[in-house]
Amino acid sequence: MRRIALTLAVIALLSGAGPAMAERLVVSLSNHRVAVTSSFVGEELVLFGTIEPDPVTTPLRPPYDLVVTVTGPRQTLRTRRKERVIGIWVNVDSREFLRVPSYLAVLSNRPVNTIANPDTLRRLQIGLDNFLLPQRIGSDFADTVRDDPFRQAFVRLQTQQGLYRESSTAVTFLTPTVFRAAIPMPAAVPTGSYGIEVELFTGGNLAARTNSALDVIKTGFEQYVADAARDYGLLYGAVTAMMALLIGWFASVIFARD
Amino acid sequence: MQIYLPIADLPVNVFLVLGMGLAVGYISGMFGIGGGFLMTPLLIFIGISPAVSVATVSSHIAASSFTGALSYWRKRAVDIALALMLLSAGILGTATGVWLFTELRALDQLDLVIGISYVTLLTVVGAMMIYESVRAILRTRHGMPATLRRPGSHTWLHGLPFKLRFKRSKIYVSAIPVWAIGFIIGFIGAIMGIGGGFLLVPMLIYFLRVPTATVIGTSMVLTLVTMASATVMHAATNHLVDAVLALILMVGGVIGAQFGARTGQKMRGERLRLLLGLLVFAVGCRFAYELVVKPDDLFSLRYVRSE
Repeated sequence: MRRIALTLAVIALLSGAGPAMAERLVVSLSNHRVAVTSSFVGEELVLFGTIEPDPVTTPLRPPYDLVVTVTGPRQTLRTRRKERVIGIWVNVDSREFLRVPSYLAVLSNRPVNTIANPDTLRRLQIGLDNFLLPQRIGSDFADTVRDDPFRQAFVRLQTQQGLYRESSTAVTFLTPTVFRAAIPMPAAVPTGSYGIEVELFTGGNLAARTNSALDVIKTGFEQYVADAARDYGLLYGAVTAMMALLIGWFASVIFARD
Repeated sequence: MQIYLPIADLPVNVFLVLGMGLAVGYISGMFGIGGGFLMTPLLIFIGISPAVSVATVSSHIAASSFTGALSYWRKRAVDIALALMLLSAGILGTATGVWLFTELRALDQLDLVIGISYVTLLTVVGAMMIYESVRAILRTRHGMPATLRRPGSHTWLHGLPFKLRFKRSKIYVSAIPVWAIGFIIGFIGAIMGIGGGFLLVPMLIYFLRVPTATVIGTSMVLTLVTMASATVMHAATNHLVDAVLALILMVGGVIGAQFGARTGQKMRGERLRLLLGLLVFAVGCRFAYELVVKPDDLFSLRYVRSE
């Protein structure tokens, strides 16, 4: 774990020091709190932003490319593979993906592989193919090559659920320096804290970066039920069982006449 | 109308779930069974994880079997002594089942075990019911009376020690097979999310020779208690019972059961058993198909923990 953290720190340092900063990003999110209520069916958040010269006198260097990476709370998930054993399909092999984002959206104004060269993308972890998804391999952790079947299956399954996505149309430039990014929040979005990384490119190089954050929270009744189930399991079970008896009794009273 | 389920963590259509509750409730009322073996696969089909489905269905079955048990109680068709004997072992069986459920989930083999258990149980029990009811129908056609209970026909089960007399059912049997049946039903119920009514009723009839008058009422009391305790145990150990989902299912289930019971009373016993046998067998074949045919996606994800 420490090795990953160190690598990340080095990358952050390098990229911060790398490009001569001539631009500054100013972003604003339409809503920093997504409330999951009983009628929640998904939502779309909008991130607005402008590109400002920094310092003010430096000339801007359009055209620009923009990548917004949204990451949800970290989870550990297991990808399992079925194989045929004596005629039936059984989960045989599995890999654990450690501390990977439960939600990952890579939004850009054009396909990420046309924005910068593969090395830069890899270094900055831009795009689903380049994002670090560490697996437990034996006693070691590592992100494998991008065409590893378990990694591919993992990304594909998460994409099918709408939790991972890469969109090259989600970011639109309203003027050469004003942009808008649509962040989709599907109905099954996990609750927790989300990080938003905004990266600006010009001529294939990182020009500026900034970040923002948002929270997805269960509110009211949903929160209450989820907390009760987790913290007071026994009581929660007893209440559910009582509810079953009550409804069963009600029905027999209502229909007893005939 | 969509509603967000707090434990299953996904939105579902209220009317769809209510409709499923009604349909399964109708069938359960008609045959005097809990209907878990139909409800659990239906929930899995609409995208709810197998673990949450199994845990939640137990509370749904508790509700519908309580309605049934109450009406049989009023008709004095419950053998409470027999039910208590079955229960003492049933609770143990449920606890063992919940424990094994947790272990298997950790090993990634829960889906497989649920699948194989469904296939074996449903096809075997279904085939037996079909065979028995077809024979009964043929016998009545030839003018012979269809008797399930053959007085005086004793099996080796009647030779076992610790004999007890159950007054309401008018039987005199050993406690050992009673405990064994109770344990098996409790165990299977917890692992498969079924009340086990469709297993318990034939077991009581064929092994213990319990008369038809008290068999369904007694089985419902047993189902009620095992499923209510399975709900509590699943909630306490796995935290997977979705109360909102359970509530919608229960409301649909108890209403459907009332109408089903009326249809069931109009039908002849052996016809009813044939229909149930066919239904059970068909569901079993459906599960077998899923295990044998190559799945569309060989990969699947399982949540381990949040960080």
